[in-house]
Amino acid sequence: MTWVNAIIQGVLTGGLYALFACGLSLMFGVMKVVNLAHGDLAVVAGYIAVGVITVTHIPVLWSFIIVVPVMAVLGYVLQRTLIQSSLDRGVLTTLIVTFGLSIVIENGLLQFFTANTRGIGSGLALVRDSFSLGPQIQIAYLLVVIFAVAVVVLLGLQYFLSASRYGRLIRAVADDKEAAQLSGADYRHVFGIAAALAFGTVALGGIAYGMYAQLDPTAGTDTILLFAFAAVVIGGLGSLWGTLLGGVVLGVAQQIGAQINISDEVLAGYLVFLAVLVLRPQGLASRRTQS
Amino acid sequence: MTTPLLEVSDLVVHHGQLRALDSISFRVFPGEVYAIIGANGAGKSTLLRTISGLHAPTSGSVLFDGKDVTSWRPERRARGGIVMVPEGRRLFGSLSVEENLRVGATYARPGQWSIERVYETFDWMRERRNQRTAQLSGGEQQTVAIGRALVANPAALLLDELSLGLAPVIVQRIYGMLPAILATGLTVLIVEQDVSQALRVASHIHCLLEGRTTLLGRPEDVTAEQVEAAYFGLAAKLEEGSEPS
Repeated sequence: MTWVNAIIQGVLTGGLYALFACGLSLMFGVMKVVNLAHGDLAVVAGYIAVGVITVTHIPVLWSFIIVVPVMAVLGYVLQRTLIQSSLDRGVLTTLIVTFGLSIVIENGLLQFFTANTRGIGSGLALVRDSFSLGPQIQIAYLLVVIFAVAVVVLLGLQYFLSASRYGRLIRAVADDKEAAQLSGADYRHVFGIAAALAFGTVALGGIAYGMYAQLDPTAGTDTILLFAFAAVVIGGLGSLWGTLLGGVVLGVAQQIGAQINISDEVLAGYLVFLAVLVLRPQGLASRRTQS
Repeated sequence: MTTPLLEVSDLVVHHGQLRALDSISFRVFPGEVYAIIGANGAGKSTLLRTISGLHAPTSGSVLFDGKDVTSWRPERRARGGIVMVPEGRRLFGSLSVEENLRVGATYARPGQWSIERVYETFDWMRERRNQRTAQLSGGEQQTVAIGRALVANPAALLLDELSLGLAPVIVQRIYGMLPAILATGLTVLIVEQDVSQALRVASHIHCLLEGRTTLLGRPEDVTAEQVEAAYFGLAAKLEEGSEPS
């Protein structure tokens, strides 16, 4: 029974990891940018949510209505300025620039918010409570909600990418940005849209993390970025549903590791990550497309 | 006299240190089929890429419909009516045939070409519209690439090496479609290595050799010897050939 519990908890945590990972995967898939500030931006979104809730007294769960658009606009602006100008200097430059951005954000947060941890909506019944499924299985409502949000986000992204005009342009630009220019598409604008989408998912990931755990200025790199990377690699780069699969596999591995020995939780996740990297480097869900 | 649709003046383009084009000038009037011929590395594709905006010239200018477009970005030129079918087709590999056409139509100018019209012109395309372009043959891919350019309703259609990597029969068939395309009032600029193909369809030819113009004229006004000399750079022979006349 404890194993069943571990698997259920792992699967549900996978939803949170998928929220972390899908934006990272999207930005890499479209503009070949490995955004090392990804996790820190999620934490920034979390702190913005804290601020928004304190100032406007908006219900905690509705904070995303403000935070997601704010982050999306930030994503567009960052892409059109900092990230684009580093892309123009070569793909590797983006690694250095986003790494620098990550350090700046982390230290900025430490400066303004100190190293104290902060939770989002920790008094809410939804965040605190759980329901039981049999004698040994307790499931937190929050994890179920986060998993559902992750599925809805992925469905929404998939629909946008396959059916909308900008979705089509994003895929076209990802395939061949020069050919897209010859069809009249300004790839820099399209990159901006893709970044806005990615940052929107980052915002949800950050809020979810603040409710699930505690926000602190270093959580972005320590936890969110690393788990997002692991989920993306396990699932397969550039595959949206792969990030959910990767998140679930990572979550289950961690929970099973924790079941064996509580200190092995994180280690077990990375062992699976390494195993996938060695045995199936293209990821579990990746399909190869030839051009 | 009508204004030229495209006017290229004193164009100099560098590839790093290499001078790829050396003061190239020419004009293309509406309705013409202007063929740029030359051997490998003569600078033909560079010229077309510079006109479409993918390459920045070192000096000189490109005028389109009387406007100086030299500093315009490629997407602005495409929306304005200069649309290129790039060398090697460059279709969006993860998109279906129809999606490729829809991307092409996103910023289309008003005009008679539409996705429907493309399906009418190339009838096999309709039933295969949901296939990925990677599943098509080279000739079919080239046709989709042409369709993707046509749905934008260009004023000037730039065709870069349509025959590249295709069987002669397929090349014949693709060039056979040109009259139907021209009938819609387009002006066409072709870059072609296959000289006989170019001479057959062109109203004007322009031969490049190592980035310089070696021959300019109408196909009926130039002799095969002149073309050969201009193509291979046999300057002495060119002079001899022109003396008797």
